[in-house]
Amino acid sequence: MSPAVGEINNPLRDPRDRRLPRVAGPCGLVLFGVTGDLARKKLMPAIYDLANRGLLPPGFALVGFARRDWADEDFAQVVHDAVKQYARTPFREEVWTQLAEGFRFVPGDFDDNEAFDTLARTITDLDRVRGTGGNHAFYLSIPPKLFPVVVGQLKRSGLSAKNGNEWRRVVVEKPFGHDLTSARQLSTTLNDVFPTDSVFRIDHYLGKETVQNILALRFANTLYEPIWNRSYVDHVQITMAEDIGIGGRAGYYDGIGAARDVIQNHLLQLLALVTMEEPVNFAAQSLRLEKTKVLSAVRIPSDLAAYTARGQYAAGWQGGEKVLGYLDEEGIPKTSKTETYAAIKLEVDTRRWAGVPFYLRAGKRLGRRVTEVALMFQRAPHLPFTATATEELGQNALVIRIQPDEGVTLRFGSKVPGTAMEVRDVNMDFAYGESFTESSPEAYERLILDVLLGDPPLFPRHEEVELSWEILDPIEEHWARCPQPEPYRSGGWGPESANAMLARDGRVWRRP
Amino acid sequence: MRCSHATDGFGGGHEADDHVAEGLEAAVNRDLHDTKSSAILTALTEARRGSGNAALGMVLTLIIDVNESEHYDALQAANSAAREHPCRIVTVIRRTGKSAPRLDAEIRVGQENLLGEVIVLRLYGALRDQADSIVLPMLLPDAPVLVWWPGQGPPVPSLDQLGLLAQRRVTDAAASSNPTASLRLRAQGHSPGDTDFAWTRITPWRSLLAAALDQPFDELVSGEVSAVRGNASAELLAAWLEDRLSIDVVRKATRGPGVTGVKLLTKRGEITLTRPDGRLATLMRTGQPDRAVPLPRRGTEELLAEELRRLDPDEVYNETIQCVFGNKPEAVRRQAVVAAKATAAKKDSPARKTGPAKKVAPAKKVAPAKKTTPARKTR
Repeated sequence: MSPAVGEINNPLRDPRDRRLPRVAGPCGLVLFGVTGDLARKKLMPAIYDLANRGLLPPGFALVGFARRDWADEDFAQVVHDAVKQYARTPFREEVWTQLAEGFRFVPGDFDDNEAFDTLARTITDLDRVRGTGGNHAFYLSIPPKLFPVVVGQLKRSGLSAKNGNEWRRVVVEKPFGHDLTSARQLSTTLNDVFPTDSVFRIDHYLGKETVQNILALRFANTLYEPIWNRSYVDHVQITMAEDIGIGGRAGYYDGIGAARDVIQNHLLQLLALVTMEEPVNFAAQSLRLEKTKVLSAVRIPSDLAAYTARGQYAAGWQGGEKVLGYLDEEGIPKTSKTETYAAIKLEVDTRRWAGVPFYLRAGKRLGRRVTEVALMFQRAPHLPFTATATEELGQNALVIRIQPDEGVTLRFGSKVPGTAMEVRDVNMDFAYGESFTESSPEAYERLILDVLLGDPPLFPRHEEVELSWEILDPIEEHWARCPQPEPYRSGGWGPESANAMLARDGRVWRRP
Repeated sequence: MRCSHATDGFGGGHEADDHVAEGLEAAVNRDLHDTKSSAILTALTEARRGSGNAALGMVLTLIIDVNESEHYDALQAANSAAREHPCRIVTVIRRTGKSAPRLDAEIRVGQENLLGEVIVLRLYGALRDQADSIVLPMLLPDAPVLVWWPGQGPPVPSLDQLGLLAQRRVTDAAASSNPTASLRLRAQGHSPGDTDFAWTRITPWRSLLAAALDQPFDELVSGEVSAVRGNASAELLAAWLEDRLSIDVVRKATRGPGVTGVKLLTKRGEITLTRPDGRLATLMRTGQPDRAVPLPRRGTEELLAEELRRLDPDEVYNETIQCVFGNKPEAVRRQAVVAAKATAAKKDSPARKTGPAKKVAPAKKVAPAKKTTPARKTR
């Protein structure tokens, strides 16, 4: 781990003393958008869980800001309910009482100067009463279009300015723009007020244990690295399937679509982690270097019509439940061309990966909720068996299951018991839940703690975000010129054109 | 999470039936009378198959060497710790009294809040001395082995019959009749892989203190650890501070519970962490507001879970314990100083502040403690 805390040489810390956790220094968190789903279901429980695990500093402060006529107690009640319902660790009264003493609420609109001046006073007051030491993170859990006004207000009210060794950080959630231009604009807006190192972009996928485990799997073992290349890998499939529709997110989703929503960030980050070379160490800088290197080597197919596919879910039955089609969803125009399923083929132009296709797909209302990376290996060059003996033998596969049922599966052929020689595919399975059980922390716990510690390896920087848009933008432009996306059956595995896309290469999608 | 009746059942079959009725995976409890290791393993394999819950992900074997009266609590704690680290728990109970050599075993698999497997062994008569030969076949292949003595523990854990099977050996000085003497024994017989719950108990204290010194601080001058008399953890905490910070740390007796406070004096102020009620602590720093922080005393399952997390030798623990009781020159000198102080206090208690303190001081100048002597007067 990189040293998170300045240059202070702490004699009580010893790298060998691994019982001692990294605990954030004195600080507070200001939360914009406290009434949102994310805040209630993920952020507030994560903060409590951190406190419960003793990882928050004594005197930690949480300030809520929203257009609600609330007092501090009302805010505390909202957090209390969220914690009771969603926290991972058991509720402990003494932990809660201490945490709740640091809660403040500031009512107001984002364009209300007075409200932000009150916020500034609240924070100064917290420094005095709770000893937050002038260290504050601003978590913008709000629609991106509001970023400029809030960031502007932070600057105007002096909230973004720090003295001496204090820190001020800003945290933003995806989407990081909807194309290269808007992503750059966002960076400019944020960097206007906060230096690059103080901007933390949260891609919660990177906080997931299974995603971090990709690095351990690849670089801590000798078993996989020798076959992790074009000599052995036939192709790679990266899948993110959701079984739900757009739910109440019509306003956000329409015009964005599956590719911008998840391929640009989650799937391309997974691609980068799977394909990158070994970093010299796990410092943020070294990781970023390797990720940007491999992302800049990603090539899109020249024939976009043949090697991309998109679809919209149609009305139908999903797992025994009648569901609406995308165009029938409330708030979606009947003529919407937004895709709810997207599949693309990419190549990585490096010595390691040249010629290995990467098939990425993401969609809503598919068979089941699953995210996985599957490395499909080449068939053995020669099989000393009769053709009939290996009829049931598929390609060897290494599947990294990101969610749910986190783990790793290795698929290989085995002899079927009996007198004849017959080979069939079997699985060798590692499940996180079995070897480490339920205690693995939520992605948001890790990420919030890393923000407070100022530890950046798990946060994508603007370079990576912009490179991802450079990959996706030409595809989006191509799609913009195309007619309506192909409808697909809800509860299935996507449109026919996606299957045709793989069939052209003589391959098929794995059923995840 | 459902808390069911199954784990507190030691009698046998009823619980298993209940589980089937509830439609959960079948829990299997089996009692084997006058048996041997291979029969136990066969029964275990069958039980696992019967429960439909092949816990192949078990990451370690935990041996609990315990007596009959303490085994229930120990097993409860181990079950709860096993939620974090699925393991095979082998409990070894040596039955007292005269009896013919005999081995009885209980097997529990697939219970609702039990992720691994539990084997409870009862050794009668001459078999009491053959525990290792019985346990050896039950160790999981390749996986690390940890042995835990919830009670008094052997004189030298790494030379103990069961200790020899393990990479990690965990004792609890507080469970012995004389915790300080027990710690001394641990220091003298230390072997890499040994740890003691007295050390695990203070992890939250150490964590908070380390976090406090992550912030800028003045030059440290001296320290004080207050705790109930004879508390082994307090001794280790003080030794750790002395060793890491190169300052003198005074031990102060309070009424407890456990460790009640740590004070670090700096050139211009102090950093204090107090916990008078065993639940809630206050961190005080000169020039900064007081901050409250929950610091509850830790339960056995929490201690055990922390031990299971660390399967490599704890070098910092060893250094600390050697500092207090070991044969390192610092420790020998320290013990001499403590003895001298005690004698001085007895002889001439009113003059303690001036006279004898000076006598003691030169001895300390030699120690790595550099800047301590002048400050001692201010205390």
